[in-house]
This record gives sequence, C-alpha cells and structure tokens, in this order.
Amino acid sequence: MEALWEQILTKANYWMTIALMMVGLYAMITKRNLVKKIIGMNILQTAVILMFISIGAKRGATIPILKHGDAAAAHAPRAVDYINPLPHVLMLTAIVVAVSTLGVALALAVKIYQQNGTLDEADILARQVPRSHEGGP
Amino acid sequence: MKTAAALLVLLFGGLLVYASLEFPAWGDPMAPASRHVSPHYIERSLAETSVPNIVTAVLADYRGYDTMFETIVIFTAGVACLFLLRIFGRRSSESRLYRHLPTGITLRISRGGAVPLSSKEFERIDLQWVPYSVVVRTTCRLIVPFSQLFALYVIAHGHHSPGGGFQGGVILGASIILFAIANNLRASLAWFSEKLAVLLCGLGVSIYVATGALSFLLGGNFLDYGTLSKPFAMGAVAARSLGILMVEIGVGITVMAVMVHLYYGLASAGRHDEGL
Repeated sequence: MEALWEQILTKANYWMTIALMMVGLYAMITKRNLVKKIIGMNILQTAVILMFISIGAKRGATIPILKHGDAAAAHAPRAVDYINPLPHVLMLTAIVVAVSTLGVALALAVKIYQQNGTLDEADILARQVPRSHEGGP
Repeated sequence: MKTAAALLVLLFGGLLVYASLEFPAWGDPMAPASRHVSPHYIERSLAETSVPNIVTAVLADYRGYDTMFETIVIFTAGVACLFLLRIFGRRSSESRLYRHLPTGITLRISRGGAVPLSSKEFERIDLQWVPYSVVVRTTCRLIVPFSQLFALYVIAHGHHSPGGGFQGGVILGASIILFAIANNLRASLAWFSEKLAVLLCGLGVSIYVATGALSFLLGGNFLDYGTLSKPFAMGAVAARSLGILMVEIGVGITVMAVMVHLYYGLASAGRHDEGL
C-alpha cells in the first residue's frame, strides 16, 4: 500500500498526460465529425506537450531564467537551481507546429465541407463510393 | 466500433502506464533528461551568449537550425492555407447587403445586380449581420494598442523575461484578429491587407535566413552569430545576443502574419469577402 501510494505521488504527472492522450486518441478514432476529430488531435498534442513540460520539472528549482542582477552575477549558476530548459524549447516550437497543423486541418475541413456539404465522415464516404465505381481503376 | 476503439485506447494507455513505472519520479533533479546537455545550457549560456533567458538562448542559438525550420513550417502552413482555400473573384458570393446610411434602409442586391459605388452613402454589411455592440467595439479599440505594445515588449524583452518571437508574434496576430472579430473582415483587410500578410510571412523567414547567411558571409558557420561582432563593433558574446534578437524579430513577423492569414482564410472560407 505504501509502495502504491509512492508510485501515485511520483508518477501522477505521467498518468494525467496519459489519460489526456487516451481522451484525444478515442476522439480521433470514434468521432464521425471531422472537426471533432481535429479537436481530438489537438487534445493529443496537448497531452504530449504537457508530458514533456512535466519531464523538465526539478524539485526546488525555479524557471530557466538566470538571476543576473549585480549581486547575483558574482557566483556562477548551478544546474540544480533551474529547471531543465530543453523541454520548454522543444515544446515552444511544438505548440507552434500544433497551431500550424490545426490551421491546415481546418482549411482542409472547410474545403471538404464546400465539396460535400457535410463534415460527417460516413456521409462523405457514402458520397465517394459511387464516383469511384464510375471511373476508378 | 466504439467498443473496439475504447479497448484499443485502454490497451495503449495501460501499456504507457506500465512503461511509466520505470520513469524517473516527477521533479527528480537527477532524471536522465536533466543530466545530458541541460546542465551545460544552464551553467554556460549566460557566459556564451549573454542571454539570461536560457530558453531563448537555446531556441535561437544552440538550436538555431531547428527554430529556422520551425519558422519555415509555419510559413508553409500559411502558404498551404492560401493554396487550399483562397478563391479569387466574386462568383461565389450570391448576394450582397448594403445599408443606406441616411435612411437606414437595408438593400439586398442579388447576383448580377448593380452594386452601389459610392461608399459615403452606402455601407456594406455581412449577410449574417448582427448589430454591432458599442461596448465590444470600444473595448477592442482600447485593448488593441496596448496588446500590440505588450507584444513588442515580449519580443524585444525576450532575452531577460519569458517571451520571444513566437509568443510576441502570436499576441500581435491576436490583436489584429480581435480587431477583425469586433468590426468585420473588410475593415480588418483595409487595415492589414492580405498582400501585406503574405509579404510579411516571407519577410520574417527571410530575416531569419539572412541573419544566418550574414554570419556565414563574415567567416563563421551558418547561424554562428559570434561573427556579427565585426560589423556591429561589439564583443563576440554580445554579438550572439544581437543575432538572437534579429532572429526573434524575424520569427515574430512570420508568426503574426501567418496567424492573421490563417484567420482571414478560415473565417471567410477563402473568399476574404465576408466572414465571422
């Protein structure tokens, strides 16, 4: 029981992001509306981002901006005083890529809606089938 | 279908939870992720780049290539949205609504009808028009300049406080999108035109690449800002911080322009005529 409680306390961050990832993945698989699929994809990306950010955390450390006043400049910075900056850098760019993929995905959804008049996956597939019988290979 | 998906998702989640039992504890200072290059960044970045914000230093200097292609990814997203959505001409708009300002009468001009040319007496309004709220427009007018000033601060002060090109660019873009939402798309296009947005998309990437190429031409490696010390007459370490600032400005311009351009395209389904 003690060991389980220890596991929960030290791994809770991973499990929360895993739960969020499961929500996103489930939405991507089962939702029939394309915009809801895109929202699921975004939740999945957010889960990955949160996981990386939580990996960068260090107990008792502060944000990765060095103290650089007159008094603080006297001694060199120590790695244990600042949290790991690398996940923050990677996720900063990942957030931007997530926004870019969201924009392109929404543009595709708009285009699909203009062509088919619906965003429902099953309806779109139903409209595609007769066409592929006519001229398809 | 739903049961299968739920089982699959639970299987993945269970596998990940099982794997996470071997992970380092949350907040462990000796976790493998914090032991490889991260101590070097924390202990040396101020001496090597004179930038106290380690995230900015790593983003624009140590991992300059990564950020350059990240910026190109955003640029590509903007261009992809342009090619996917943009519809030129007005063959798709069925009818237009105009309001005669002196009398307050709304005219609906169907397709092919004569459109009033004088904009002094007629005001074009959207088909799904909702009356403007004075509160919203006034608040927007108050917020937009301050948010733009804050965005410039975030870009320029990214060396010393949380911020940088990506964050500041997004705030700058959000201020223009806020203006577009509070007024309408045409008012926003008159202020920040599509041509300008596309031009700035490319300009930001060009600034980034030009900074890299400049350090290349001055005898260093590509994106090795230390060589900028010669033309700008400063130390090699201070020149790195200057190079980071130039790169961040380029990133900010691209991010702002792409955000605005994505909004224009998505809000009007590519017509840039009327939308949200």
